[in-house]
Amino acid sequence: MSHRYFPHTQADIDAMLQRCGMGQMSDLYSDVPDELIMHGDYELPQEYSEKEVRDFFNALGAKNRQLTCFAGAGYYDHYAPSVVKSIISRSEFLTAYTPYQPEISQGTLQYIFEYQSMMSTLTGMEVSNASMYDGTTATAEAMLMAVAHSRKRNRVLVSATLNPATRKVVDTYARYHGVTVDEITQRDGCTDITDLQEKLEQGDVAGVIVATPNFYGILEDYSGWSELCHRHKALLIINCIPSDLGMIRTPGEWGADIAVGDAQSLGMPLSYGGPYLGFICTTKALIRKLPGRIVGATTDAEGQRVFVLTLQAREQHIRRDKATSNICSNQGLMALYTAAYLSVMGADGLREVCEKGVSGARYLAAAITATGKMELKYPDKPYMNEFVMKSHIDLDELMARCVAQGILPGVKIAPDEILIAVTEMCSRKDMDRLTEIIAGM
Amino acid sequence: MNREYYGKLIFELSREGRRGFKLPDNGCPTPAAGIPQALLRDNEPELPKVDEPTIVRHYNNMSTNNFGVDTGFYPLGSCTMKYNPKINEEVAALPSFAALHPYQPAETAQGALEAYHTLQRALSEIGGMSEFTLNPFAGAHGELTGLMVIRAYHDSRGDYKRTKVIVPDSAHGTNPASAAVAGLKVVEVKSLPDGTVDVAALREALDDTVAAVMLTNPNTVGIFESRIPEIAQAVHEAGALLYYDGANLNPMLGVARPGDMGFDVMHINLHKTFSTPHGGGGPGSGPVGVRKGLEEFLPNPRVIKRDDGTYALTDSETSLGSISATLGNFAVQLRALSYILSLGREGLKLAGPLATLNANYVKESLRDLYELPIDRVCKHEFVFDGLADKSTGVTTLNVAKRLLDHGYHAPTIYFPLLFHESLMIEPTETESKETLDAFIDVMREIAREAATEPDKVKNAPHHTPVRHPDDTQAALTPMVTYFDLKAAQS
Repeated sequence: MSHRYFPHTQADIDAMLQRCGMGQMSDLYSDVPDELIMHGDYELPQEYSEKEVRDFFNALGAKNRQLTCFAGAGYYDHYAPSVVKSIISRSEFLTAYTPYQPEISQGTLQYIFEYQSMMSTLTGMEVSNASMYDGTTATAEAMLMAVAHSRKRNRVLVSATLNPATRKVVDTYARYHGVTVDEITQRDGCTDITDLQEKLEQGDVAGVIVATPNFYGILEDYSGWSELCHRHKALLIINCIPSDLGMIRTPGEWGADIAVGDAQSLGMPLSYGGPYLGFICTTKALIRKLPGRIVGATTDAEGQRVFVLTLQAREQHIRRDKATSNICSNQGLMALYTAAYLSVMGADGLREVCEKGVSGARYLAAAITATGKMELKYPDKPYMNEFVMKSHIDLDELMARCVAQGILPGVKIAPDEILIAVTEMCSRKDMDRLTEIIAGM
Repeated sequence: MNREYYGKLIFELSREGRRGFKLPDNGCPTPAAGIPQALLRDNEPELPKVDEPTIVRHYNNMSTNNFGVDTGFYPLGSCTMKYNPKINEEVAALPSFAALHPYQPAETAQGALEAYHTLQRALSEIGGMSEFTLNPFAGAHGELTGLMVIRAYHDSRGDYKRTKVIVPDSAHGTNPASAAVAGLKVVEVKSLPDGTVDVAALREALDDTVAAVMLTNPNTVGIFESRIPEIAQAVHEAGALLYYDGANLNPMLGVARPGDMGFDVMHINLHKTFSTPHGGGGPGSGPVGVRKGLEEFLPNPRVIKRDDGTYALTDSETSLGSISATLGNFAVQLRALSYILSLGREGLKLAGPLATLNANYVKESLRDLYELPIDRVCKHEFVFDGLADKSTGVTTLNVAKRLLDHGYHAPTIYFPLLFHESLMIEPTETESKETLDAFIDVMREIAREAATEPDKVKNAPHHTPVRHPDDTQAALTPMVTYFDLKAAQS
């Protein structure tokens, strides 16, 4: 018995067993009660050759449809540069683990440091951790952070304009952790500040969670919100779409205490849901409340600038049930993806991504409106590259016709509402095709 | 290591006028946008301006300051640093999967859903469970999800007084931390001197306020909990559920199944047992399995196979809720499925025993020079309590750092907390006898050095690119961004 991933020859096995004072492999499991030993085989296929593996996945892949993507709702089809994919495939990065040994992990530590720096300047915050799983869990952890910071309060206000998928995860964490989530109502696609004020005045609020752009693609004006929250001793948490921060006002500029979100929009392949990357950035005052790994700069014995994991007294492997979070592994390689992507794009590239989304979205919104089959649901609100259309045609029928022509027209968010996103990947020709299908219904 | 590039940050390579991007023209006029100035950022982000060749050389040079499984032996206990097959990377990058939007209609993602379902079934077979969710993003996220399943189960029975989780003092740090996030109180039970669960103490702690007992088997000392049937019975008699921390599943591959041991809920770290790359600390994947009767409590959405052979997403009313917006780290799941198919049922039966053989071989080859606190057959890993000769003053940390000089990653150190000088070694099944022999020689050499030239070991490492980073300085004045460094300089 041998396998291409296992180097052992029968002679090796015999010699090794002998050193262990054993006669056969089953002696290695003499401590496992016999009734627990699985004597048969798993009901699984026999060893596949590499060609068979490749054929298997190609056949499965052929059952999927690759569609021209106008869907967003938190996850966007942006261009993924080849150089980024090449960098993350370096096996010294790919096959390393958490950089516990800084002497031989400077590569990982340095890219995390660069990632933290980039996310800080992008969100306008002072510090970032080394990453979270995704945007939904990062938002839930930000909620727990606010509750832990307040010490005694356990109520959190969440805007009705937050992405409902994020809201669901926040609700799950809240339910089990014993946090009360109250919704701040919305008016015409924006968070209702009067309702926020009233709910803050009821007291016991640890944090307030809002979004920019919000779920409907709208840019809400949060002027004065941070002061309002702070007057009531609540933290302001802003969930944001990082690719849009190349252009729009940042959580830092709004005076947020915590910025969170999903970095998928920074050119990560959609990959049917992951891996993506959750980020959480905050102020220096709150750094010791951050969950997860943090990398810091220091010097070594030779005076070189080097990087290490720092402030580890917050973490589960030291503090156990008193830790700021249970997170251990995060999304390390996707932090490298983010750092490499932001190096490629720079501020200019990111702004151009925003501009193309904005110009495309306006072109498409106008073209669809002109068909008379749909209209903008929030025509007076400023938006980036994503907008809600109120539809007068059957959206399921539209979806079927679009898919037949290789287009994903958007995400249906209500029986007569569709959320449509435009990125630099959508050409005018693609948009005209979508408009034609709508016009033809 | 390349000293010329070493230490430079990408920000320090930035020059006004350089760029690394070119975007397609979408043919739409760039509008004034109609976004009020007050909603736009005041200053552009201070991202580097660099060209593509500079970026490639920067990151490639950085990678040479790193150590991965492809670089060398990585005996990091509890982390299962096995070889990551290359075909899995190719599979994960297939455009027919990578281009799928998580919200596209299920009819257009049948291949992806079939992959998810096939892996879910394979893990159920391997775990001896009824059904798995693949949605959790990592092992700790799986623990949290599993504990939520358990709470949802007790809640569904109106049994609200179960607010405690029992963990042994040898447990991974994530166990108590996950329990705390799930709103449960942690009760720690002491282990016996041989590192196994004190069954009498466990029975003592069990009552009708206990929601779950979390165990890993083999435990963190690498010892199989032989009394597991008895433990399971006691836990179930008390009305609690038994949770399996799958971080140590690897040695049980092909040998025994957690479901058959009496566990009700478990997670698996795909990045450990199923060879998906650790990526410098993620992305991982932490599927959660449940025994029959608990499926309805798994997180939404679930993937089901319909009678007509098609796949669909479904939500359960009694589910614990959602712990993710999507089906999890899908591209990681593809890699794990590729690995399971590549091993096949014969390969899976070999993996666990060979991992166990490797660990016992290293243990038996070093036990005369290193203190072996628990003298029993181990599973995939084992723990030394430092050097046998304590008179030299050479610590486990010193030994670990000296190993770096010899081109090895260090074992896990100072965990588990049961011993002062824990040195936890996990070789995995993908290491050859020659690799282990060379490692054993070096470990013996270090033990000799500790006796003859202790300072040489105490001052290690000597040959790494970086030596003795100042952790205290890092924590006292946290410098966590390039901008912190710039501010400190001016």
